[in-house]
Amino acid sequence: MEKLFKQISQTILGSLRSDEHLGLSFGGEQSTFVRINAAKVRQIGKIDEADLGFNFIFKGKRSTSSVSLSGILDEDIRRAKEELQRLRVEIVQLPDDPYLVIPDSTETSMSEKSGNIPSADEISNLILPPMGDVDLTGIWASGTVFRGSANSAGGYHWFASDSFSLDYSLITPEEKMVKATFAGTDWDQVAFEAFLADSIKKLELMSLPPIVIKPGNYRTYIASAGVADVLSMFSWGGISEAAIRQGESSLGRMRNEGVKLSSLFSLSEDFSSGFTPRFNGNGEVAPETTLLIDRGMLNQTLVSTRTAKEYGVETNFASEGESLRAPQMKVGSLDESEVLKELGTGVYLSNLHYLNWSDRIGGRITGMTRYACFWVENGQIVAPIENMRFDDSIYNFLGENLEAVNSQAFVNPDVGTYDGRELSAVVCPGILLKSFALTL
Amino acid sequence: MNLNTLLSGIDVKASWVGLRYVKEDTDFRVVRDGNPEANARESKQGVMVEVLVDGQFAYYGTSKLDQAGIHNAARRAVEIAHAASRFSLHHFGTEARPVAKGKYRSAYQTALDAFSPGELSELLIKASRELKVSDKVVTTNAIARIVNTESHFVSSNGSDVEQQFMMVSADYAAIAQDGTVTQKRTDGGLLAKSYQSGMEVFNEADVLARCRNIGAEAVELLTAEECPTGKMDLVLAPDQMMLQIHESVGHALEIDRILGDERNYAGWSFVRMADFGKLQYGSKLMNITFDPTLTNQFASYAFDDGGLKAQKEFLIKEGLLLRGLGGMESQLRSGLKGVANFRASSWNRAPIDRMANLNLEPGDSSYDEIISSVDRGVFMTSNRSWSIDDYRNKFQFGCEYGKLIEDGKMTKTVKNPNYRAISNPFWRSLKMIGDKRTFKVYGTPFCGKGEPNQIIRVGHASPLCLFDNVEIFGGA
Repeated sequence: MEKLFKQISQTILGSLRSDEHLGLSFGGEQSTFVRINAAKVRQIGKIDEADLGFNFIFKGKRSTSSVSLSGILDEDIRRAKEELQRLRVEIVQLPDDPYLVIPDSTETSMSEKSGNIPSADEISNLILPPMGDVDLTGIWASGTVFRGSANSAGGYHWFASDSFSLDYSLITPEEKMVKATFAGTDWDQVAFEAFLADSIKKLELMSLPPIVIKPGNYRTYIASAGVADVLSMFSWGGISEAAIRQGESSLGRMRNEGVKLSSLFSLSEDFSSGFTPRFNGNGEVAPETTLLIDRGMLNQTLVSTRTAKEYGVETNFASEGESLRAPQMKVGSLDESEVLKELGTGVYLSNLHYLNWSDRIGGRITGMTRYACFWVENGQIVAPIENMRFDDSIYNFLGENLEAVNSQAFVNPDVGTYDGRELSAVVCPGILLKSFALTL
Repeated sequence: MNLNTLLSGIDVKASWVGLRYVKEDTDFRVVRDGNPEANARESKQGVMVEVLVDGQFAYYGTSKLDQAGIHNAARRAVEIAHAASRFSLHHFGTEARPVAKGKYRSAYQTALDAFSPGELSELLIKASRELKVSDKVVTTNAIARIVNTESHFVSSNGSDVEQQFMMVSADYAAIAQDGTVTQKRTDGGLLAKSYQSGMEVFNEADVLARCRNIGAEAVELLTAEECPTGKMDLVLAPDQMMLQIHESVGHALEIDRILGDERNYAGWSFVRMADFGKLQYGSKLMNITFDPTLTNQFASYAFDDGGLKAQKEFLIKEGLLLRGLGGMESQLRSGLKGVANFRASSWNRAPIDRMANLNLEPGDSSYDEIISSVDRGVFMTSNRSWSIDDYRNKFQFGCEYGKLIEDGKMTKTVKNPNYRAISNPFWRSLKMIGDKRTFKVYGTPFCGKGEPNQIIRVGHASPLCLFDNVEIFGGA
């Protein structure tokens, strides 16, 4: 794939005329998907696809596009030339763009991580028999994901990574569930079977008769997977500089009114794990670490070069959407073994579901509890709870109601596949809250 | 590229082979505060090769569109299906892919090329300026999204279906600020005005008039009172009913969800197989139809991606649940009656049960009759927040704009209106339903579901509706 991208980009960049600037991006994957229901195969198949993106600039105007690639060099060069010609015809008709950014990065990088991934024919036989009689539903995704970038200033980046993930739910006859994700780069059958056995053991806890709790404010522990969902909301009208400037951010109060979160809460963009490439769609390379929220105070936002130009601030080479690509929350001092004891009496939430801003400007999030969520009394799990709706502000539960942060951070891989297989992960600990609003 | 020739060139051992070619061009233009923010085109094309071997379907989606690429994809799909067939959830036969022949083309008046990119940009710049009705409007957005899709499906049992869609979505938004108060108003919710139509939706006089109103309402909300808290009557405009139908009826009735396919992602459903024909889903006023035949509605089509012919069906009649949202695979698995809704988001995804056009049929009450019947309640319009549980029970939705209703009259404007309830009792509290004059058609390009994930377009239409004794509340 890298050879294909290099040859296309050399041909197209070499055909540019004076006053033309171009950034090319490459995204692709060769993936196997196995959809599982009741520990059986519901749907199975492979996808082989790639797209070439254009960021074309000419005399103060900008037009962008992407075209599917076939993987056949001559055909793809023909498609790319046709697209460049279409862009040339269109761009002169467009209004001037005062905030366009001419690609000027000359940096280069190369990262290829190969793994040991079972073939599509092998997967069912490896993962399904160990499930035995347990009711498991989920999705296997594996294969290689590709990202590339090249521009008319000479910048060039390539990133390819092999990986697999099995994201699944285990379900009791009473419809109580446990969620887990087994992910990696090198398949290990023994490790998988041990991981699965551990999940099945956790499911046994769910066989206790569930209890219904009333709406109200409860002492609450949210485990790492749930915290990851909360942090993902910072990518949607949160940590983006443009969103703050344009009145669309939940963190606007921190900038405009000086409101602080808890000093126990710190959040960074941290690429050191290498899950996801540091270069963005324009080929700009972000710092390895950017401290965004420092002990409750807004230290930096995510700033794209376009936003930087519009508002006269410094870029930190965020993506154009200024969303988190490598979020990492700082750990605290609460030992994992002490979580239930410190919670005392309250609710333990392993996962959250379907989060949305119920009042974005006010920082209020609503969503549901889901999977292994328990009522805890005097440090002991009493029973699973029926799922509850929550509706609370980050300025409360990441503010004065944040009592402690777990001393261990967990990796929560992003298994999303809307725009192809995601590469990122949220690295974060669990949090202990003095109070959390459960509403329905 | 001749798809029938490619199909005839495939030589594999399979009970059935199907090829679904999709080419989709999406033009996306955004003007923010009078300046271009995006002028983008995305062109996607590829073929989904699907085979049935030993009762197991398998797929291979490829963008290599020559004979060698398609044949290789079919060969690999056969190997995958054969290996997986020992573990099949259900052993299918070829009846899962009925023979279909036909053509479909979206109805529209004005073609895409009637507007040059420059002319459309100019209109969006004017719209963006019109939205800024005062200095309190700090951000304006004008968005146009135009999608042209060609789909061609052929199969070894003789299907040959060609469908062409032209779809236009537009939105205009104003954000107003005064001190610490920020409010946003859009044109009925994000891209809610999504239709199978042509460029006729960009009528300048109509667009600019709407923009002035949107800007004015954003400013009006800055000084509005907070939405009151309490249990009271709720009147929902059709643009919020779209979301209400989608989340608390549509997803709950998807048969693949009821069969458990989605339990690891979107979730299950409070509806069970035994409920069909028995469950009183809502009040007697509730009539829900699946109707992919409506001209100009966003998700109209002639055949689904499994080859099933699309036709209008009542899912809920006089409040009674009759039929689910399930294509032929779900119908064979469950034994339930379904509809032609086995749809894929593009060439690179396998079809699953989706909504298409899912509508609440109009009733008999006029707008005035509904409002005048309310002693104390809130009217809400234009969705801004949505969340519902994995069984499609406990939901909480918020709107951009509200009006207090007191003694049968609309009085004060209220900001941050929200409500929460549980689906079944909520629909049973449907007290009045608007007539045809209150009936409006909307759609959204953004319905997410499935593993691997798929975003697909759906359409919803509804009259004005009154619900009794709902928990209502305001902002943070």
